[in-house]
Amino acid sequence: MGKITYREAVRAGLREALQSNPRVFLMGEDVGKYGGTYACSKGFLDEFGPERIRDTPLSESTFVGAGIGAALGGMRPIVEVMTVNFSLLALDQIVNNAATIRHMSGGQFSIPLVVRMATGAGRQVAAQHSHSLEGWYAHIPGITVLAPATVTDARGMLLAALQEPDPVFIFEHAYLYPLEGELDESALPVDLTQAAVRRAGTNISLITFGGSLWKALEAADQLFHEGISAEVVDLRILRPLDISTVLASVRKTHRAVVIDEGWRTGSFAAEVSAQIMEVAFYDLDGPVARICSVEVPIPYPKHLEDAALPQPEKIVQAVHSLMGR
Amino acid sequence: MTLVVDRDHGWELLRRMLRIRRFEEKCAELYSGGKIRGFLHLYIGEEAVAVGAIPCFSSEDAIVGTYREHGHALIRGTPMGPLMAELYGKANGCARGRGGSMHFFDAARRFYGGLAIVGGGLPVAVGLALADKMQQRRRVTACFFGDGAVAEGEFHESLNLAALWKLPVLFLCENNLYAMGTALGRHQSQTDIARKADAYAIPAEAVNGMDVLAVEAATREAVDFVRAGQGPYLLEYRTYRFRAHSMYDAELYRTKDEVARWKQRDPITLFQQQLRAEEFLTDADLDNMETAIAAEIAEAVSFAESGSWEPLEDLTKDLYTPAKPAG
Repeated sequence: MGKITYREAVRAGLREALQSNPRVFLMGEDVGKYGGTYACSKGFLDEFGPERIRDTPLSESTFVGAGIGAALGGMRPIVEVMTVNFSLLALDQIVNNAATIRHMSGGQFSIPLVVRMATGAGRQVAAQHSHSLEGWYAHIPGITVLAPATVTDARGMLLAALQEPDPVFIFEHAYLYPLEGELDESALPVDLTQAAVRRAGTNISLITFGGSLWKALEAADQLFHEGISAEVVDLRILRPLDISTVLASVRKTHRAVVIDEGWRTGSFAAEVSAQIMEVAFYDLDGPVARICSVEVPIPYPKHLEDAALPQPEKIVQAVHSLMGR
Repeated sequence: MTLVVDRDHGWELLRRMLRIRRFEEKCAELYSGGKIRGFLHLYIGEEAVAVGAIPCFSSEDAIVGTYREHGHALIRGTPMGPLMAELYGKANGCARGRGGSMHFFDAARRFYGGLAIVGGGLPVAVGLALADKMQQRRRVTACFFGDGAVAEGEFHESLNLAALWKLPVLFLCENNLYAMGTALGRHQSQTDIARKADAYAIPAEAVNGMDVLAVEAATREAVDFVRAGQGPYLLEYRTYRFRAHSMYDAELYRTKDEVARWKQRDPITLFQQQLRAEEFLTDADLDNMETAIAAEIAEAVSFAESGSWEPLEDLTKDLYTPAKPAG
């Protein structure tokens, strides 16, 4: 199929889902007339009609909750919450209803709901539009949390999510939408239990997900030229975490840096680091390092935003320090 | 005054209200005895609402309730045994004992909780109604909530969305005048809840929630309206909770006089008087009714007592739907 953008990949996945299953519908803010804030549903209103492409009011809690209800009622809703920042207004529905109802009802009700949202910083949109909270969501049992970083995953994980009987939350890093990649048809369908090794290496494991994957790969490139062979693991599923792929990598390289755009304290990186140390402590040649965002609201000016976020140089430095260079 | 009810139906309404009242009195006793723990929000005083309203819905319709939902589940038809067992936390409860008092569920009767975050059930009800509309089913979703919920954003968002999309949902506000301990006038600038629906172009009506026949008549009409595809409707049942918010509170927020005044409007006492005035009810009838209910409760308690605790190895069972076997 060749190169397509991440945006086109999401759109392709949505379109396939809408074409193949009449119970699938899309709702969210500006998904219809506007064509999606990130143009992921451009043209859908004409193609699929207003019954299945539903523009909602700015009522995050209610349209996410309506997604839960519609799923309980036999539909296969895809809810687009424009960005993770606005998903905070829907936390009640996500944490108190979507995540609990199956277990709390003794298994009587499943909620086959997919919620997609853009996440992440790096576009100079300041503190209230730059959150990376997928790690928070991964804290919650009862839901599945995905962070596709490649065009293949952007399409394939969405399609896989629509096969899941329980709520799935997909975090699409906003920085990735215009980026191009090679769509790998052979990698479909995506297995939602497996992390992916994006680059094989022997000296150190760079463990990451989402928008930070590309920074880790860039760092790995630089390191390669210095003679350091870095393996890059794309977690891509934050819950349930595939720790075995991580451990296999760490057991091979004996060193690990976890890169996570979330803030450091209580970060997803902290969880990954803890799990490595709980299980593979004696395989390590040094402590697990973390590259996370600096603990400030993300500022608007580019130089400050860049400084606040994980960057390839910071990853390279962390590797140097771990390897005693 | 003429009673617009025949004897059999009158009996049934009375019996249903008594069933809730006696069940909950037993719950209070069992709570004091330590058999029931956690929160226990009793419905005593408000029985006319569930009894008048719930039977207006068909078995295909959906019910979304709150944490004060014992009466709703009973009237919906979940047998008393599994409800009592749920209160005990036993595995033979209506939610395997996982939820307790606030989280009754019954998929077979389309009873979707028992959702205990105030206002949190409204969006779910809107979604259930959306699913029905999209699948061209002539079902109605009953969405119960209290006066406290009207202060939540989800109330306003849900009314707006349901009206905008003309969804078959019936919003049923059980206004017992207190959001826990905060009186309606202390949390609402507009205390006439039915009027709030105006802002969303939703027809609404306030009903005497202590009068089971008034509740029934208004609900039946509202269900017909919604089922006819005319969009949502809001009913405000004006009622009163005789007991504490949960099992015990100091009731500093209301006077004993106020409670006593409302108790004079006890829906069960009033309805009994009506039936007696029509010579539809004798002391012997009432005794028989009470005896049958007491037997049902005794049986429910023994069902709960004899239930087993969910095994520890099932702690995380049902968190996710088990994968279908391959092939």
